[in-house]
Amino acid sequence: MSGRRIVVTSGKGGVGKTTTTANLGATLAKRGHRVILIDADIGLRNLDLVLGLEKRIVFDVVEVAEGRCQLRQALIKDKRFGELLSILPAAQTRDKDAITEEQFAGIVKQAAEISDYVFIDCPAGIEAGFRNAVAGADEAIVVTTPEVSAIRDADRVIGKVAEKNIPIRLIVNRLRPEMVRTGDMLSVEDVCEILSAELIGVIPDDEEVIDTTNRGEPIVLDEANKLRVVYDKIARRLEGELVPFTNFDNQGFFGRLLGVLKAG
Amino acid sequence: MHEVQPEPVPVAQKAKRGRAIVITSGKGGVGKTTTTANLGHALAARGCSVALIDADVGLRNLDIVLGLESRVKHNLLDVLDGTVELDDAIVRDKHNASLVLLAASQTREKDEVDTEKMKALVERMREQYDYVIIDCPAGIEGGFKNAVVGADEAIVVCTPEVSAVRDVDRVVGLLGNKFRPQLIVNRLRPALVKKGKMLSVEDVNAILRLPLLGVIGDEPEIIVTTNRGEPIALRKDGATAAAYHAIAAKIAGEDVAAPTVEIKASGFFGRLGAMFGGAK
Amino acid sequence: MIEFFRKLFAPTNSSQTAKERLRLVLMTDHLSLAPEMIEQMKRDFIDVIAKYVEVDRDKIEINFEQQDKALAMLANVPILAVNRNGGGNNGDGGKKTEEPKTVEAVAAATTAPLPRRKRRKKSPPATVAPSNASPAPAG
Repeated sequence: MSGRRIVVTSGKGGVGKTTTTANLGATLAKRGHRVILIDADIGLRNLDLVLGLEKRIVFDVVEVAEGRCQLRQALIKDKRFGELLSILPAAQTRDKDAITEEQFAGIVKQAAEISDYVFIDCPAGIEAGFRNAVAGADEAIVVTTPEVSAIRDADRVIGKVAEKNIPIRLIVNRLRPEMVRTGDMLSVEDVCEILSAELIGVIPDDEEVIDTTNRGEPIVLDEANKLRVVYDKIARRLEGELVPFTNFDNQGFFGRLLGVLKAG
Repeated sequence: MHEVQPEPVPVAQKAKRGRAIVITSGKGGVGKTTTTANLGHALAARGCSVALIDADVGLRNLDIVLGLESRVKHNLLDVLDGTVELDDAIVRDKHNASLVLLAASQTREKDEVDTEKMKALVERMREQYDYVIIDCPAGIEGGFKNAVVGADEAIVVCTPEVSAVRDVDRVVGLLGNKFRPQLIVNRLRPALVKKGKMLSVEDVNAILRLPLLGVIGDEPEIIVTTNRGEPIALRKDGATAAAYHAIAAKIAGEDVAAPTVEIKASGFFGRLGAMFGGAK
Repeated sequence: MIEFFRKLFAPTNSSQTAKERLRLVLMTDHLSLAPEMIEQMKRDFIDVIAKYVEVDRDKIEINFEQQDKALAMLANVPILAVNRNGGGNNGDGGKKTEEPKTVEAVAAATTAPLPRRKRRKKSPPATVAPSNASPAPAG
C-alpha cells in the first residue's frame, strides 16, 4: 500500500513551512513510520539546512528527474532516525522550470511506494514551484500565522489547492497567546473562522525554534523542548487520532509554563 | 593637445529622474513588504514624493499593510495592459499625500507581467517621483525577475537565520553586477544573540559582505500595526520607527551613525517605559 | 504618552480591526476570482428584475465597491417600461417612454448592516387604464 503524499504549503513565505515539514516528518519517523521529505524549493533549498544534512547532499531532485541517478541514490538518510527518515534535497543552482509537474508528480509517487508518508516542502508563492509541489500530492497542509498578510495568502492558496479536490488541513503557527489575550493578535478561532479549513495543529511562537534550525536539530530529539508535545499531537492527528487542542487562550497550564520559562 | 571639455548640460533640459529601488530577499517573511511600506512613509515624511509598486502579482499585501486595501480599484497589470491610465490606478496614502501605491493584481499570475513593459513603466514613474520603490515577491522566479528589471538600486532584507542568509546570498548572486545591494538586517533579538541562540549582525554580514544600511529589532508591535494598516514609521517614537527613519536618511544621503539595536528591558517596567517614551 | 491613552481608550483592539479588514478584503478577493459566478449572478439578478420592469439588458452595470466598513453591490439598471402585470409576464401594451429611465438599486452584500436605500422611481407609476382606452401619445 502506497504512502500518503502531503504537500505543506502557505502562499506567504516565512510562516514555517520548512520547519513544520522537518519537525512533523521527524516526529512521525520517531513514531515508527517511514518518512520521506522532498524539498520542492528549487533554487532556494532549505530543508537540508534545517535538518543539518546540508553536507551530505550528493544528488538532488532535478537529477532524479533527469534520470542521472535513481531516487534511492539521491535520498539522504537521517541517521538519527535509523532507516525511517530520508530527505530528497532540491537543486540549488537550477530554476524551478528545470522540472515539470509531471516529472515531480512521478517522483512523489515513486517515493510514496517506499514510505508511509511523503511530505513535500512547498516554496512560497503560487508560481511554478508551487504548482510542481502540489502536482503529486493527495493531501495538503496549509501553514499560516495569525497575521493579516499570511491569512490572506493562505486563503488564496486554499482556493488554488481546493481545485485539486484533495483534503486540506490547517496549522496555525507562531501563536502568541499573551498577544491574543490583549487583543493584539488574531485568535486561532478567528483564523479558522476566516479560512474555514480543518484545523490540525496550533504551534505557539517560540524563540528556541530559531536555535534548533540554526543547529539543524529536529525538535523531537530534544526532550526538554516544549514544542515536542505540540508536534507529537499533530502527528497523532494525522494518524487519525482525535487529540484535543491545548487551550492557549486561558491562563492554563501552557500559559504558566511559558511564564515560568520566560522568567528563568 | 587640448583637453576635451564636457558639454555643459543646460539646466532646463535636465529631466528629473527619481531613484528606483527594489526591496528583495529570496526568503519569504523577512519583512520586505513591511520595509517597503515603512521606508516609503519615512521618505515621504522627509518631503520626497514616493511611489510604491507591489510586484507580488497574485499574492498582494502591500495594500493591506498600508491600510489602503479598500481604495484599490485598479492595479499594475491594468496599467501594463493599457486598460487603465497610471494616474487612475495609483492610490494616494491616507496619511501622507506624497506617498502613492500601485497595487498588484490579486487575480492574475506573475507570468502575465511583460518584462519590457514593466521596465518602461518604472522609467516613466521615475520622471514623476523622487523614489520608486518596488516590493519584490519571495522567491527567484518570474515575479522576482520582473520586480528587479526596472530598478537600478537594490536593498536586500535578511533576518538572522541560516535559511534567510542562504537565500539572500543566492539572490545577491542573481542580482548580478548591475546592482550593489545594501543590507537591512531585520527582526534581530539582541538578547538571543547574547545567549548565542541567534546569529549576530556580524555573523550575517561575514557571509553576505554587503554595505549595512540598517538594523531593525524584532518588534511584536509590528503585528499590531499591520492589523490596523498603520505602518509603524508613522509613529513619532519607538525604536523601530526610528530605525526606519534612520534608514531613509541614509538612503537620502545623510551621514547617519552606524545602526545598532539595544537590548530592550522586558517585563512590565520595560513595557511601561516604552509606552512613556522609549526604553533603553 | 499619547500611545498609552490611545491603547486605553481604543474603541476596538487591533485584532478586531484586523478581522474586519480581512473579511472585507477576502470577499473582494473572492469576487475578483470568480468572474463566471458573478456573470451568472448578474444574469439571475436581471431575470428577477425583468419580471417587474422591462430593462435594457445591454446597458446594465453591476459593480462591487468597498464602502467604509462594508462591501456593497451597486447595480445601475436602465428601465424601459414598467410591467402592468408586474411579477408575471412582460405585459402587452406597456407604456413605452422615449428614453430609458434609470433606477439605482443598492443591494448590500455585507456582514455589517447597511441602511437600505429604497428604490427611487424617476418616472411616475403607470396607471392601469380601463381596457379599451388607448395610451395618450407621449409628448
